[in-house]
Amino acid sequence: MAVPSRADGLEPERGAPATLVPVAVPPRSRARDLRAIVVVWRRELLRFASDRMRIFTALLQPILYIFVLGTGLSALTGSSGVNLRTFIYPGALAMAVMFTAVFSAGSIVWDREFGFLREMLVAPVSRGAIVLGKCLGGASVAVLQGLLVLVVAGLAGVPYSLPLLATMLGELALLAFTLTAFGVMAAARVETIQGFMGLTQVLLMPLFFTAGAMFPLANLPTWLMVVTRVNPLTYAIDPIRRAVFARLALPPAVRDRYAPGITWGGYHVPTAVELVIVGAMGLVMLGVGVLEFQKTE
Amino acid sequence: MTRLRSAGPAISVQALTKRYGTIDAVRGIDFDVAPGEVFGLLGPNGAGKSTTIKMLCTLVAPTRGRALVAGHDVSTERDAVRRNIGLVFQDPTLDGYLTAEQNLRFHAELYGVPRSAVAGRLRALLEMVGLWERRSSKVKTFSGGMKRRLEIARGLLHSPRVLFLDEPTIGLDPQTRRSIWGYIGELKATEHITIFMTTHYMDEAEYCDRIAIMDDGRLVALDAPQVLKARVANDRVQIRTTDDAAAIEALRRRFGIEAAVHEGSVTFSVADGAQFVPRLFAELEVPIEQVSVARPSLDDVFMAYTGRTIRDAESAAPDQWMRHVAAARGRS
Repeated sequence: MAVPSRADGLEPERGAPATLVPVAVPPRSRARDLRAIVVVWRRELLRFASDRMRIFTALLQPILYIFVLGTGLSALTGSSGVNLRTFIYPGALAMAVMFTAVFSAGSIVWDREFGFLREMLVAPVSRGAIVLGKCLGGASVAVLQGLLVLVVAGLAGVPYSLPLLATMLGELALLAFTLTAFGVMAAARVETIQGFMGLTQVLLMPLFFTAGAMFPLANLPTWLMVVTRVNPLTYAIDPIRRAVFARLALPPAVRDRYAPGITWGGYHVPTAVELVIVGAMGLVMLGVGVLEFQKTE
Repeated sequence: MTRLRSAGPAISVQALTKRYGTIDAVRGIDFDVAPGEVFGLLGPNGAGKSTTIKMLCTLVAPTRGRALVAGHDVSTERDAVRRNIGLVFQDPTLDGYLTAEQNLRFHAELYGVPRSAVAGRLRALLEMVGLWERRSSKVKTFSGGMKRRLEIARGLLHSPRVLFLDEPTIGLDPQTRRSIWGYIGELKATEHITIFMTTHYMDEAEYCDRIAIMDDGRLVALDAPQVLKARVANDRVQIRTTDDAAAIEALRRRFGIEAAVHEGSVTFSVADGAQFVPRLFAELEVPIEQVSVARPSLDDVFMAYTGRTIRDAESAAPDQWMRHVAAARGRS
């Protein structure tokens, strides 16, 4: 959105007022909705780029988990074959993306409080376009935040391999989209920023803790195993961990201990099914979000 | 389907009604606004002005009645109405973290303004409101007046046929208020745009071609400001006395004048205030501390139609609200 350089004759003489040329706004169409999606998406990126403080504060938490918690706990396990920093890395990566995604969606509440939401909702475009633009924008911002965590992958013992990075990026994008949709759905109902922060803290931390982000998904007591299997976030973090561990040269027994994957009864859930679960959740929540915004005003 | 929409009125309202639960915010109003007109909706807070403007802007669905804006029904053709109107709300709806230009570009994209036209219109409008030099500044650094000017520019970006302004000058300094009225005059001359605004500043309503006075959900008068004033021929006299009740009684007895306390002063109207005041001092036995005589203003028009001044109406509004609440409770 930089000031365009123009040589198209629209530039009036210096001092002379530019004349107003009337325009006609075309009726609603796919192309119009697409323009709306793009501009709402672009606004999220613009705001992210201008808020460097937020970028760094959002980086702090995953870095602490990986390098302080991971290193500290390594003293317990000794040399059992896997660096705990590597084990914690997928969970911390997911965490960075999760929180950024949900808080990006929270800007809807902010926009409502400062009136800008109204500017969007009174425009002659479909509400779906605005909600979708917001979700894609929040997801993009979250993926960018995830990219910053991917940069330090090597320090956590995760190899810099292009296919692995591409796989993780794709899985992060899906996670980011689903969590932004979740945030948008929540933001439609919450009136204040404090309310939104409270709600998401209450929901996100338990979800994160019971998603197996910080422990392996095997040999758990029944109650915890059930909780992890019900938690949709489990299906977003497990594929990332499996991708990382597939790249490490480890004895199968060690790999099975640290990245056992998800089982339903005896059934080993394949990665594709996990990703479909995450994507489907995202689409359902996006749909609910659109419906909620169609009801307002 | 090729109905000539430009031939009809810019806004046409019939029996428009809005109920919130048991409270009637707007009680069946009718009026037309001609293309190119500056139309003011005047009344105290709580009279139903904001609800009316929200129905016309498709933000609130009418309970009953019909409204056409630029030839489109606000209930069934919301999109067509929205394409043809510009909105400036009481509260700012700008993104403070974006620059002035980014805010306008966002609007242009959202409204589907043809790309080739955006740069030219954007510049012309920013120049009109005197913000071209500040186009790259973040909006959060703007003063209240600058924000309002930017919102007016934004509301015009997509060439609306009707521009809605909800209390456009509220909370602004006199200089900014004057410049906003300057743009409105300019727009009327150049864009042939219809302007529909609400205000509770009586003096500002004088800029309108026609004004509708609204009180308690109804239109009580509708005409050009000078016509309305001409109908209230009398001057308004306000006196401060040591004993208001005695003064009112004395006025009735000696002059046959019905007076009442408004805004803390004994208020009444007479045909020629300047001639009456000397008689008043000579014959009223109650000591007078202060006197003021005013030529008819829209305040008097409001008073003539509603029996109270607009400030009375506003200070009474909380009471009225309590009565509404009490009534609502009683009925449930």
